[in-house]
Amino acid sequence: MRSHYFRASHLVYCLIVLALSFGGGSVGAAQAESLVLYSGRGKALVEPIVGRFTEETGIEVRVKYGKTAQLAVALQEEGEQSPADVFWSQDAGALGALVGAEMFLPLSEGTLGLVPEVYRGADGLWVATSGRARVLAYSSVRVGGGNLPGSVFDLTDATYRGRVGWAPTNASFQAFVTAMRKTHGQDAAKAWLVGMIENDAQVYPKNTAIIQAIAAGEVDYGLPNHYYLLRFKTADKHYPVEQTSFAAGDIGNLVNVAGVGVLKTSEHVEAAQAFVAYLLSSKAQQYFASETFEYPVVGDVIPSPRLQPLELLRGEAPAVDLDTLEDLKGTLELLAEVGLR
Amino acid sequence: MAAPALVCAVAVLLPLGYLVVRSLGADAGEVGRVVFRWQSVVQLSNTLLLCAGVVVVTTVTALPAAWLTSRTDLPMKRFFAIALVLPLAIPGYLMAYTLLSLGGDYGAAFHITGVSVPRLGGYVGSLVALSVYNFPYMLLNLRAGLGAYDTSLEEVARSLGHRPGRVFFSVVLPQLRPAILAGTLLVSLHVISDFGVVSLMRYETFSYALYQAYQGAYGTRGAAPIALIMMALAGVFIVAELMMLRRVVLTRAGAGQARVRRPLRLRRWAWPALVFVSVLVLVGVVLPVLTIVYGAWGVEMGSQWRSLRGAVVDSLSVSAPAAVVATGLALPIAYMARRYPSRWSAGLERLGFLGYATPPLAFALGLLVITLRVVPGLYQTAFVLVYAYSLHFLAEAVGPIRAGLFAANPRLEEASRALGYGPMSTFARVTLPLLRPGLIVSLSLVFLSSMKELPLSMLLAPPGFETLSMNIWQYTEDAMYASAAPYALVVLGVSGLFVGVLVFNERRIS
Repeated sequence: MRSHYFRASHLVYCLIVLALSFGGGSVGAAQAESLVLYSGRGKALVEPIVGRFTEETGIEVRVKYGKTAQLAVALQEEGEQSPADVFWSQDAGALGALVGAEMFLPLSEGTLGLVPEVYRGADGLWVATSGRARVLAYSSVRVGGGNLPGSVFDLTDATYRGRVGWAPTNASFQAFVTAMRKTHGQDAAKAWLVGMIENDAQVYPKNTAIIQAIAAGEVDYGLPNHYYLLRFKTADKHYPVEQTSFAAGDIGNLVNVAGVGVLKTSEHVEAAQAFVAYLLSSKAQQYFASETFEYPVVGDVIPSPRLQPLELLRGEAPAVDLDTLEDLKGTLELLAEVGLR
Repeated sequence: MAAPALVCAVAVLLPLGYLVVRSLGADAGEVGRVVFRWQSVVQLSNTLLLCAGVVVVTTVTALPAAWLTSRTDLPMKRFFAIALVLPLAIPGYLMAYTLLSLGGDYGAAFHITGVSVPRLGGYVGSLVALSVYNFPYMLLNLRAGLGAYDTSLEEVARSLGHRPGRVFFSVVLPQLRPAILAGTLLVSLHVISDFGVVSLMRYETFSYALYQAYQGAYGTRGAAPIALIMMALAGVFIVAELMMLRRVVLTRAGAGQARVRRPLRLRRWAWPALVFVSVLVLVGVVLPVLTIVYGAWGVEMGSQWRSLRGAVVDSLSVSAPAAVVATGLALPIAYMARRYPSRWSAGLERLGFLGYATPPLAFALGLLVITLRVVPGLYQTAFVLVYAYSLHFLAEAVGPIRAGLFAANPRLEEASRALGYGPMSTFARVTLPLLRPGLIVSLSLVFLSSMKELPLSMLLAPPGFETLSMNIWQYTEDAMYASAAPYALVVLGVSGLFVGVLVFNERRIS
């Protein structure tokens, strides 16, 4: 017993020594010659590209990861004192909110010119870095290819009762509802949400959970973003889920973007602008297309064989002004009204 | 002694002040929409149902497990004493993920056996995942309780002709009441604030509402009132425990030595007992570890080694100081409460629980705003993170020290004073050595919790600073389970080591 006690306490003394040594070391964290990036996008998608940027330019980038909405809140709380230079958002809505709070500097003309106009924010305050589509995922075991709905509005039909999974708390879903409100009107959006609830749509916390639920046999259809399934398929090519888009122009095919803006508080504006430009370089865009399965926003990129061609995507996507997606508040109020929040 | 305790009180209350201010600033219509509606009633009753369920399940399983591993001749007792506490090393959301990936038409069970078992979810799923996760907290409390009480009472009851069952219910159980109460409080507070498990299991509790309010609005005002309601709920539990504890008076009548006890011989019950504890270890430890290892299979570490090393350093560099600071703060608080019992010192001790009960997301936002306004120089430094961890987990550090103080007889201190030592040197020469096992348990518990912590780290970590659990979350969020697995295994390994420390010292306290 006694010998164990000694070993145990040694371990704890190590802990104390460790604590003291770190306590001294962790003070001066701020470095002069480095960018601070707030990223609402996951580490798996960001780290490789940041690494290449540092390799090529010698500019260090320190990243703070988080959920897009939480970081947007943090940026507004920080105000003038924010250490952030660049905000890389997972969706256009949060960028719109920061535009509204007058937190972005205009991007350089050269950078803006790289992408089509639909992929730029109002007044050139932010720019899209990659696109992602809303899709209909379905079980390849229980759903035949012939029985697929042409419109997201069809999902309120009795055929789909209890068979559809959705994620009402997910930011991408909420952006999609915003687009529906702006395109079809508040009443139509409300009727659809109510119809889905009455049709016993199953609530999941996020996109990946929807896809896993389809594989597990809990639901037969789901409304996720397009790239998650492709990642499941990379790990397991027999994964029993497929995905498709609705008929051309249907709001269910909304193409949302991840985008980036430079903050007014930045003390390294040049480096920040260089970073934004790098994200639109063909190297970075190629990475998004082949490694993260997202749609590139600039032209000269070899498309991933798993993705449909960009032109086709644009043809199928509904015409939605991405700046209108900032009206998240209205969507949250609607979701609360129908009992989804 | 009073000064550090007061500092601590102020430090816990500061972020709460922020919540109150924010609630006052919130637009009444918005608050009404979020708080006063039918869904809140449903969420409240869901929260309470889940609390009740988890408390019952953990008590019913932990009680026999605690008894078997501390009072009987169970085979491989020492192994099980440690293994049963190991689920402490596994974050709740990882447990939920394990259970989810097991069932269903394409689950692990189907891949291995060809038979599809139903996927757990909703109330049952949350109940199972949270019970497994909380089981060690109940077990540790019950084992401490079983170790502390006087077995001679039991023998008296037996000698008066009572059957073992009767002895258990009329003698053993009443004596364990403080331990059960302490465990119940800890478990309930965990259930109230849990978000990871209930969201994965699709069961709507109050913390779910809080999360949605924070996530959605790009602003914090609507969320503050919900956070306050959750704290009020937690406050009710904290006060209730105190009231119920007050009615329990356990003292040894004579000054005599507690009986040296002999382990009870299980004989033909040894096998069923062995099966019981093995199932607990299987579900709580083997299953999640296998799931993670299965996920890690074939992952190419390559460039990830550097990131993994960085994450280990980052995790240790805040968890270790947090453990030391929390224990340092807990020492005067527990000492005051035990040696100078008064309404004031008891209130101070409960204040430690308040930090524990504050929803981490709210606590983090409160701290974020306060550092920005008051000490902008410290904003986004590891200091703030250490501060947050140590205050949030303070309650975990107070308990073991308090238990240690119960065992340390104040007469020894009095003798030391009578022999001419001052209060400080008495504390250093007499009290502290007696408290050492308790201090080590406190350090280990806070360290373990800090290693698993996620919401505080997410909001308060400096840019470029990523703990192990932040990495796990990052990769699972993007459905890259293989990449998350190495980080999870390191958390398990390091935590497992400290669970060992904890169990060895647990015995010394009793």
